[in-house]
Amino acid sequence: MKGAKIIIECLIEQGVQHVFGYPGGAVLDIFDELYLAKDRINQIMTSHEQGAAHAADGYARVSGKTGVVIATSGPGATNLVTGIATAYMDSIPVVAITGNVGLPLIGRDSFQEVDITGITMPVTKHNFIVKDVKDLASTIRRAFEIAQSGRPGPVLIDVPKNIQQADCDFVNIPRATPKTSPLDKCATAQLSNIAQLLKSCSKPLIYLGGGAVTSGANAEVIKLAETIGAPVTCSLMGLGGFPSSHPNAIGMIGMHGHKGVMKAVSECDALIVLGARFSDRVMGNRETFAPNAKIVHIDIDPAEVGKNIQPDEYITGDVKTILKKLYPLLDGMPSRGAGHWADKIANQQIAGSYECKCDLDPRLILQTIKKYSPPERVVATDVGQHQMWTAQSYKFERPRTFVTSGGLGTMGFGMGASIGSCFGQAYGKKPNSKGETPYGKTVLITGDGSFHMNLNELATISKNNLPVKIFLLDNSVLGMVRQWQKLFYDRRFSSTTPTFPTRHDLLAKAFGIKYEKLESNDKVDEVVKRALSHKKPVLIHCKISCDDNVLPMIPPGKGVKEIITDFE
Amino acid sequence: MSHSSHIIAALVRNHSGVLTRISGLFARRCYNIDSLSVCATEDAGLSRMTICASGDEATIVQIVKQLEKLPDTVKVTRLKGIDDITRELLLIKIQYSPSQKSDIENAVNSYNATIADRSASSAVIELTDEHDKIDAFISIMHKYGIIELVRTGLTAIERGKNKI
Ligand SMILES: Cc1ncc(C[n+]2csc(CCOP(=O)(O)OP(=O)(O)O)c2C)c(N)n1
Ligand SMILES: [Mg+2]
Repeated sequence: MKGAKIIIECLIEQGVQHVFGYPGGAVLDIFDELYLAKDRINQIMTSHEQGAAHAADGYARVSGKTGVVIATSGPGATNLVTGIATAYMDSIPVVAITGNVGLPLIGRDSFQEVDITGITMPVTKHNFIVKDVKDLASTIRRAFEIAQSGRPGPVLIDVPKNIQQADCDFVNIPRATPKTSPLDKCATAQLSNIAQLLKSCSKPLIYLGGGAVTSGANAEVIKLAETIGAPVTCSLMGLGGFPSSHPNAIGMIGMHGHKGVMKAVSECDALIVLGARFSDRVMGNRETFAPNAKIVHIDIDPAEVGKNIQPDEYITGDVKTILKKLYPLLDGMPSRGAGHWADKIANQQIAGSYECKCDLDPRLILQTIKKYSPPERVVATDVGQHQMWTAQSYKFERPRTFVTSGGLGTMGFGMGASIGSCFGQAYGKKPNSKGETPYGKTVLITGDGSFHMNLNELATISKNNLPVKIFLLDNSVLGMVRQWQKLFYDRRFSSTTPTFPTRHDLLAKAFGIKYEKLESNDKVDEVVKRALSHKKPVLIHCKISCDDNVLPMIPPGKGVKEIITDFE
Repeated sequence: MSHSSHIIAALVRNHSGVLTRISGLFARRCYNIDSLSVCATEDAGLSRMTICASGDEATIVQIVKQLEKLPDTVKVTRLKGIDDITRELLLIKIQYSPSQKSDIENAVNSYNATIADRSASSAVIELTDEHDKIDAFISIMHKYGIIELVRTGLTAIERGKNKI
């Protein structure tokens, strides 16, 4: 069998239903095989490889399956880099396949030759270049295994053109069910120490990260929180991992976390950290973070333990598996009923207290979207103020419903990611009687700056008729950067007022997308309702003030004492 | 070797690019690497690296964990230095006048070094020893004028019958 066909057969073997990509000289053979296999695997072509990489990432975030992206050598491969790095920082399983010039041409600066394994080494969990067609199938299988196992992440496979064209025997191997790594030998002792600590503390707080979402530990976290009487705060990546409507939910932690959360962090005597990594955006000042707490760190990646914070107790492994083992050890835990610290903290929550006095409040838009959305609604964002308002104001209920670039903070992520989200929601669903696949609706919250980065993907959305509801929160500035200029650069607004001449109505029309403008609070309800009930993509152009801020804010490297709740 | 220098032995898959992955990891995370030596092993599929890194205890623990995360890594161990045999190889080319010849031979003998090549006014001396001994020998040779020197990084193996 031809190498290129082996690639497709291996993808199908792995249960891949959709691949995102863009063709070119070095992947002609792969795309030819995709063409021949179009009844067995869907290929979605984007406008740009970056969009395809973000789509594969968004697909994975929503479905929990590994996203796949294919690009040609040289510029096709380099265009993937931002997308791969975005997935890497947020531990998202993606397999990227790039073509390369044939082996005899490698190292000669051949046309469209680039050392993509060298370039992506720091931003992949692992990468491969296949130099012998006999290794091709095993490399692809291994790539999926690496991408999905332990702490997930992107893996890149570079396949020179002559390898795609070479012949080799191929035998199907049914996909192995992913191994869950067994717990350490010392796990029993560690678990009982943790149980002891949880029983003896009086003010426990749970800090939940993206790892808990990946692990699918939602039910276990709820049980733990209720048993030990702990309020639960989520990092940006953890949002959705614990239902916001649960009485113990207290909202997001970190730089733009709720004020009450940061107070709780200061007061708690035990901080239980589940699948989170103490990022600088969460801690601010390491020295003053959770000063009174014993820290329990549970994470699948041993290297996270002690990387930023030295815990008092820890255990490494899958969060869900560990919580299941921990739970029986908490037997006989005194119940902490009404009036306990969890209630007190939860009651202090002052969510949504930062109101803007402008004509159109972005928070109201988000709350209204929530009001008209089922709990499984997927919301994707770009990066900036609009992202933080979404994190603060949209009360996420379910895991894998919030699709945002946390670690890398990639503007331009949202468009590709929401494309991937639509397909990801269709994973495993059968086409209806008319042969249409039921793509899931996705709400995209974007900003004017981010939107301009990858708006070329409107073509992909329109072409595929994807139900992406784009809410463009247009403050006509690079709001988040401008906010920092207000606070730390004496209001010198260098390059943050792009004054785009774009006519968004005409733009939407050009791409064949329905457009509506939203300018005042009193119209929010009807416009949002209409947008969400529509079956097709829509662009809702929300004109908001350039002066609104994301509050509260803990300046970088600072502690809760330095929290800014108002300025100007 | 400074007292905060630690020896890490790693067995890694013998692929092209493994060295880049490991040195890249050190550069990217700002770990200080004092020396790194790589060699083939009794198993053709594996290479062994001896890495000397400096930093506080927490940093070294992180380095080991980060190395363990690489899919090409098979095993990583910290060697304790005193319990292990550590060696470096020095090749040093010196020039000397006829009157200095016997002094040099004495130094060579007392360090158990050998003269690998000799001409009328120069010699290449070979010494295999621990890091500090090599430093000491080099400082003696400074008296005679060093033309050039090369030394391998440190390589190490555990005493006794255990394998890493
Ligand atoms: C690719 C990229 N370039 C630059 C930045 C730095 N940056 C962070 S937020 C931001 C402004 C975003 O503007 P916009 O999309 O309009 O969102 P707003 O903050 O106004 O809601 C910028 C430039 C980034 N995060 N990503
Ligand atoms: Mg903006």
